[in-house]
Amino acid sequence: MKKIENAAQLDAYRQDCVAERDPDRALIAVCTGTGCQAHGCDNVVEGLRRELAAAGLDDKVEVKTTGCHGYCEKGPLAVIRPEGILYQRVKEKHLADIVAKTIAKGEVLDKLLFFDPATKARIKLEKDVPFYKLQERLVFGDNAYIDPRSIEDYIGIGGYKALAKVLAGMAAAEVVAEVQAADLRGRGGGGFPTGRKWAAAARVESEVKYVICNADEGDPGAYMDRSLLEGNPHAIIEGMMIGAFAIGATAGYVYVRNEYPQAVRNLQCALDRARELGLLGANILGSGFNFDIHISKGGGAFVCGESSALIASIEGEVGEPRAKHIHMAESGLWGKPTVLNNVETWANVPLIINRGAAWYKGLGTEKSTGTKIFSLVGKVKNTGLVEVPMGISLREIIFDIGGGIAKNRAFKAVQTGGPSGGCIPAEHLDMPVDFDALAELGSMMGSGGMIVMDDQTCMVDVAKYFVGFLKGESCGKCTTCREGLQRMYEILDKITSGTGTPADLELLEEMAPVIQQASMCGLGKTAPNPVLSTLRYFRDEYLAHINEKRCPAGVCKALSAATQA
Amino acid sequence: MSAEKISYEVAALYDNNPANLIAMLQEIQKRNRNHYLPRPELEALAECLKIAVAKVYRIATFFKAFNLEPKGEHVISLCVGTACHVRGADKILTALEGELGIVDGGTTDDLKFSIETVNCVGACALGPVAVIDGDYFGELDGEKLPEILRRFR
Repeated sequence: MKKIENAAQLDAYRQDCVAERDPDRALIAVCTGTGCQAHGCDNVVEGLRRELAAAGLDDKVEVKTTGCHGYCEKGPLAVIRPEGILYQRVKEKHLADIVAKTIAKGEVLDKLLFFDPATKARIKLEKDVPFYKLQERLVFGDNAYIDPRSIEDYIGIGGYKALAKVLAGMAAAEVVAEVQAADLRGRGGGGFPTGRKWAAAARVESEVKYVICNADEGDPGAYMDRSLLEGNPHAIIEGMMIGAFAIGATAGYVYVRNEYPQAVRNLQCALDRARELGLLGANILGSGFNFDIHISKGGGAFVCGESSALIASIEGEVGEPRAKHIHMAESGLWGKPTVLNNVETWANVPLIINRGAAWYKGLGTEKSTGTKIFSLVGKVKNTGLVEVPMGISLREIIFDIGGGIAKNRAFKAVQTGGPSGGCIPAEHLDMPVDFDALAELGSMMGSGGMIVMDDQTCMVDVAKYFVGFLKGESCGKCTTCREGLQRMYEILDKITSGTGTPADLELLEEMAPVIQQASMCGLGKTAPNPVLSTLRYFRDEYLAHINEKRCPAGVCKALSAATQA
Repeated sequence: MSAEKISYEVAALYDNNPANLIAMLQEIQKRNRNHYLPRPELEALAECLKIAVAKVYRIATFFKAFNLEPKGEHVISLCVGTACHVRGADKILTALEGELGIVDGGTTDDLKFSIETVNCVGACALGPVAVIDGDYFGELDGEKLPEILRRFR
């Protein structure tokens, strides 16, 4: 493979990639994200190729294996282009018909189309399906168009253009300024301004600096980072390269969960291909910029999503957070200036460079710009990944995009922000979703998990579940976190077993601020949130458990009998 | 090949650099037939890296991915992430434990099955879900479970 030595050669290569891909040529894009893998998409891909070959159409029609399209509920998904027909729940028995009818004769198979329960009509095109129609898929949308293992696909849709723009004509300070002007905020949880992090690290003089991508997606029920890494790894690589150029870093690390084998494989493949083309390594695009990226696989500890614990883990130490009186921008990985951003944050960077900060700021709300990918899961009809502009209401996400509550039950709460987020009740469904509004409601953005709960979900049980999770994941360094969460768990267990007293609620409320204030890292600081938010909005459920020995949702086993009595 | 050999090979693969300790332990565990880190391996690794055995154990016991006891031939990873939890994963766990006669984290005496609970495998549309030998089994209920286990027996 000949290396690409400058921006002009990259453009020429892009022309070649585009020329090879006739946009009018028939193509079946099959989602092969982990969700669809679980639905059996591999057999669909193989079967389609077999049927096409048998019909003598295999040189005319391409079967493209792409990353996650997001509509996991309806997998396996296949989109037939150029028309954009969405076939859902595709099984092996459908494949012969897809090829013989749709591909060969242009007949649409009604039974595989999305059925809209609201209008009782079948919807032919992917873009008209309500789940997709209301989304703004700027970061996540490319997933459905590219094979993550093909750098040609990524370059063909404009990939590495932002990198070329930066290397060819922008000063490092200009890049930092652009990201600052876009008001991009960290998508991993904290919502810290990304540009400010970059500016701080750029100011420090050092021969060696690092950029890190946090792909230790530990929040249960959140899988957007994995789907980006699996489906569009080059976008993250390109974002990291731009960040590295901006702050003067020479090496990058992607810290990825060991539980995500496909993400690791696709990322490794993307890195190899980028190196072969000379897009990673020495003197990238003839600019004198040297940079490469390494993968560091996590050991399965939730606390390693915390930046200083993550760095400790890359260094081969146990993942215990360190005090933050020294900023990572000055002394991070191996004591060098370091910028750490989450997967989705990095994936936003090429977009900002390509289309400009002014355009980006036009998306979302004043203080939360851009879009956010949420994973909409739990008791919702349309489980999947959705990308929406910041500021859209919870109601629009859950009811318009998500299709409402599964089995048409009653909505009770939506839990956002991961284990240490909060539960938001029906009265706040019309709140605009952004970093600050969620915090005001006693929850947080977190990495974008949205777990929908119905009237059969017990909020005390949910609080116990999260505290149980966090207790198990506490690294044990701070006493308040280690011991405090243990005690909180015991109290919640007492309440769900029917032996709680009113004083227990006071004790929980007394312990919460101590854990929040005296724990060092984000895990402990936010750990009481699930308890506090459920106490704030669902105190009556706690009281029913305590005073009436009754679990209104009928979940708590020790109390179920009492419910029926 | 003696057990200790694996550690020597893996350490060499990473230039005997202790900064790669976590990656080395992952590799040693991966190569082990019962998917765990036997004590002699850890001692050998400490020797290669010229660090205290306690340091190796500190890492091996901190991260959840590492096993210090042999695992079964088929590891059943039951997702107990939030989405699966609200869809009744704990009932599946109870049923699974009853079916195999072991508790979460345990291994059957014949080294055939292990149960472990994991926090989200990202297949939330299929919850409750379990991963067995890399294959996903979704929308689990008490009836499906015995049938699925039979396939691996």
